[in-house]
Amino acid sequence: MGIERDRLHMSWVSSAEATKFIDVVTEVTEAVRALGPNKYFIKEQAKVA
Amino acid sequence: MLTYIDEIRAASARLLEEGTVELVLGFRRGSQPMMNEPCVVRRPEDVDTLVWDSHCGINLVNYLTNRKEKIAVIAKGCDSRNIVTHVIENKIQRDQLHIIGVPCKGMVDKRKIAQRVDGEINEVGETDTEVRVETAAGDIQTFAKQEVLQQNCSLCIHRNPVEFDELVGEKVTEQEVDRYQDVAAIEAMDLAARQQYFQDLFAPCIRCYACRNACPLCYCPTCFVDESKPQWVGKGEEEVDVMTFHFLRAYHCAGRCTDCGSCERACPVGINMRVLTKKLEKDCVDNFGWEAGLSPSVRPALDTFNLDDPDKLIK
Repeated sequence: MGIERDRLHMSWVSSAEATKFIDVVTEVTEAVRALGPNKYFIKEQAKVA
Repeated sequence: MLTYIDEIRAASARLLEEGTVELVLGFRRGSQPMMNEPCVVRRPEDVDTLVWDSHCGINLVNYLTNRKEKIAVIAKGCDSRNIVTHVIENKIQRDQLHIIGVPCKGMVDKRKIAQRVDGEINEVGETDTEVRVETAAGDIQTFAKQEVLQQNCSLCIHRNPVEFDELVGEKVTEQEVDRYQDVAAIEAMDLAARQQYFQDLFAPCIRCYACRNACPLCYCPTCFVDESKPQWVGKGEEEVDVMTFHFLRAYHCAGRCTDCGSCERACPVGINMRVLTKKLEKDCVDNFGWEAGLSPSVRPALDTFNLDDPDKLIK
């Protein structure tokens, strides 16, 4: 759909896997930060007729 | 295909007379050429209103949702697959239905005809291979049916009904075609081109929701676009909202869509939103070997799991 591959992540983390959760969050944050702000799928401001 | 109608009428009259069914769901002539409309026949003497030609593209399964009566329904290949999907999803019980299966040779795309003809179309007739169009000015043109088929019909690989109680006419030979050329072309685009492609594709959308209303899968009592608490998506014609609607609607049809083409047919501005559902269909075939609506006893791809399912996406 034109959304960068690294912007979307999916992972299974059990409530007992705190360290995995940290790793996943860090990884996602870094990947998305590297891409920069999303310019494609956002509404800048509501257009009023 | 044109000779089917006598058999359809005879079967409908018989079923109504016997009392096997309370109503027959079929098509009658619409108020305009090429616009046959769904109709319900309840009395055996009314079966002559039923018609069958190459303009019966609407998916009748849309009218079966949550019905309680015993119903005879006239079903093309795609319709029959949607019936199976409806049965799996508990929207109708199989024993309520008497399916009159119709082997289909494809439905004509009214837009393709309109593009090829100048002025208003007064009458459209057809033979097995040709479509004959008469305009208001009195011009007569004929087209090869194969050239003016709906795109989903020309790429159809399930023309024969998969589930039926009686079959009208002889089964037709199934086509062998590459269904996913258009999807592959979009997959091959780079990011910017793909974004542009979807922006251009949905730019004409007026959010009339005809695609949703024509779709047999879209039976939610309240669609996500109509909800206001919470409001998932803006209701205007802004680009992001329009795309959100189409992308999300397509995802709701994942693993269920039979590519019957009702959405595209119903669209007043001619958007081919089927590229989205076809991509999902292709992924289902590639990843899970699943095609929707082929058997009532197999659970759908998104309803079950296998140990060898691909899981590259999940980290």
